[in-house]
Amino acid sequence: MEQKLIVSPSPHVHSGDTIEKNMYNVLIALIPAFLVALYVFRLDALIITACAVLFCVGFEYLIVKYIMKKTPTVGDGSAIITGVLLAFNVPADLPLWILAIGCLFAIGVVKISFGGLGNNIFNPAIAGRIFLLISFPAQMTTWPAAATATATDAVSSATVLGNLKLSPETLPSLQTMFLGTEAGSLGEMSTLALLIGLFYLLWKKTITWHIPFSIMATVALFTGILYAFDPVPLYNPLIHLFSGGLMLGAIFMATDYVTSPMTRKGMLIYGVGIGFVTVAIRLWGAYPEGVSFAILLMNALTPLINNYTSPKRFGEVVKHG
Amino acid sequence: MLKTFRIGGIHPKENKISAGNAIQPIAIPDQVIIPLSQHIGAPCQPVVKKGDNVKVGTLIGKSVGFVSANIHSSVSGTVLKIDKTLDASGYKRDAVFIKVEGDEWESSIDRSPDLKKSCDLVPGEVLDKIAAAGIVGMGGATFPSHVKLTPPPGTKAEILIINGVECEPWLTSDHQLMMEKADEILVGTTLVMKALKVQKAIIGIENNKQDVIALFTQKVKDYAGIHVQPLKVQYPQGGEKQLIDALTGRQISSGALPISVGAVVQNVGTVFAIYEAVQKNKPLVERVVTVTGKEVKQPCNILSRVGIPLSDLIGVAGGLPETTGKVVSGGPMMGKALASTDIPVTKGTSGILIIPTLEAKRNAMKDCIRCAKCVSVCPMGLNPTLLMNLTEYEVWDRAEKEHITDCIECGSCSYTCPADRPLLDYIRLGKGKVNGIIRTRKN
Repeated sequence: MEQKLIVSPSPHVHSGDTIEKNMYNVLIALIPAFLVALYVFRLDALIITACAVLFCVGFEYLIVKYIMKKTPTVGDGSAIITGVLLAFNVPADLPLWILAIGCLFAIGVVKISFGGLGNNIFNPAIAGRIFLLISFPAQMTTWPAAATATATDAVSSATVLGNLKLSPETLPSLQTMFLGTEAGSLGEMSTLALLIGLFYLLWKKTITWHIPFSIMATVALFTGILYAFDPVPLYNPLIHLFSGGLMLGAIFMATDYVTSPMTRKGMLIYGVGIGFVTVAIRLWGAYPEGVSFAILLMNALTPLINNYTSPKRFGEVVKHG
Repeated sequence: MLKTFRIGGIHPKENKISAGNAIQPIAIPDQVIIPLSQHIGAPCQPVVKKGDNVKVGTLIGKSVGFVSANIHSSVSGTVLKIDKTLDASGYKRDAVFIKVEGDEWESSIDRSPDLKKSCDLVPGEVLDKIAAAGIVGMGGATFPSHVKLTPPPGTKAEILIINGVECEPWLTSDHQLMMEKADEILVGTTLVMKALKVQKAIIGIENNKQDVIALFTQKVKDYAGIHVQPLKVQYPQGGEKQLIDALTGRQISSGALPISVGAVVQNVGTVFAIYEAVQKNKPLVERVVTVTGKEVKQPCNILSRVGIPLSDLIGVAGGLPETTGKVVSGGPMMGKALASTDIPVTKGTSGILIIPTLEAKRNAMKDCIRCAKCVSVCPMGLNPTLLMNLTEYEVWDRAEKEHITDCIECGSCSYTCPADRPLLDYIRLGKGKVNGIIRTRKN
């Protein structure tokens, strides 16, 4: 026989799934939230998001090529996601130079210095946001009024969570929070838009229900118990679910493959942990919002969770006979 | 909801393009090569020498030890030599080379096509006939059947499971055999039930074979104790442990045999061979082989004698396409890639899959992104990416604790990995290493 045959071990077929496909599915799932941001903040939303993506992709390309001297990996789409998520986590009028610093920290320090995609311990976008929040507290906690705001619908430049502790009488309606025209960071406002993204990711099997569901359930249960004893807005589970970065965090940030546990059991522990810490910070902490700190903390615990949780093995649980 | 196994699993594109193509014969070439090692266990001792005349069904290799199986001539003619030949794994093994002259069968073999239902033999005699005929598991594992049908002391078989799943994509040899030899398979099933002294048998068939399910549901009415169970299409359902779980809800513990939950599994092809051996005195000298692939001109199911080179079978299917990159013996998930098409058909050859070059090459591996898709598809509930890392860094004690030896090598992890990581390659290596360490410790 003239032609040489390829010999390799089985399996001889592949599903065709790629890292890129998963990353682009996440980006597609973020489109509804982006559209709401465009509607609420108009051109500002576009500028912030486009710049964040540009900064993240640019920094990754330059650092990998000229400092690491390796082939740039920006094609995998993960830097684009970091850019979009970071943009979604900042106020729409954040100065661009501050945004650039956040992107450099997220990509350069949190991602590349640990070895790039797959090797980072913390979610780059979350770490970038917290870095900015601590470094530029004033700019990161004043929000512009929404372009859609009118005198009647009580949209103010303070966030729901900010008002929750200080002046609960000025809260927007739950419906406003669900649809997402209250004040807040760029992409975190519309619960509805983010939930559409969640259903897309579940349908595409990009993520499983374990992490988002366990976070939401923990937050709802924890605040719900308090609400049952003392029904004030501060403990209202629906307000907690629909406000702040909870949905964005639970659906898009906590579910980051690299920094979340690998087993179902581990995912549930991780989700419950995030929900618990979030509520604790929101109710008793100095900051009005706790989602990003909760995710960062549980990111740090992920290797430990992975080490102590194993998948359910065949023949281990089911007794025969 | 259709039944299936409960942990992991994947559903690759089925590609059963040769389904429904009637089993066709193939011309016997001038020379056949019959390997003396076609089964798991000890190779056979040759009992013929150069110049001997043999007929179809003449014993040419005698089993040595308990786990071994006799080998018979599949043609009539003269023994040319006993020499080394390549097997599917690329090893050189002893084989009997026979020059073909005519097609004369041993007189004891009943070649009539009539169905013979009644059998007066006692269980021990049925087993002896199965052993004498050299029957092995024909789903691909080639474990000697008489060994499997002899439960170890202290264990008792309660249920016989017939594997009509054919979960590998592309392959249709079992499908077609079930369509054409339903009664023979059912009589074979009653014979195995007799040998095992069990009253109940379940035939598991995946739901992509509606014609077989309909046929068998109709036919089993004439056979006491046999049931048909349609199953959801899910790979690797043909794996013994997965099939028992799907059909009985019992899960075998780590390291245990199916008999520990009272089950014995036999493939439909094996059961058909058992029918022929017991009722017709015919040893295992031929089997159905699917020849298929994306660019194959005439995908087909061939009844081939053992010892005919695969290239002859590929010829019947229209020859090797120019785009060929890989030739696989077996299915795409667990089959072996061959270095040459000159190797002969053996008892375990279920199919020949021809893959074009473009699809035969692997993509470059990327860093693990810890998406955990391998964890969710593993049918044994293992953590493939962890096992790969442990193998890479040679942490054998931890690999053993993480149950690397439970791996059934189904390939679902490598199939699924979006980072194209060769998970199974590493795990296979680590599993061999850990098994070696365990053996050394025992001695």
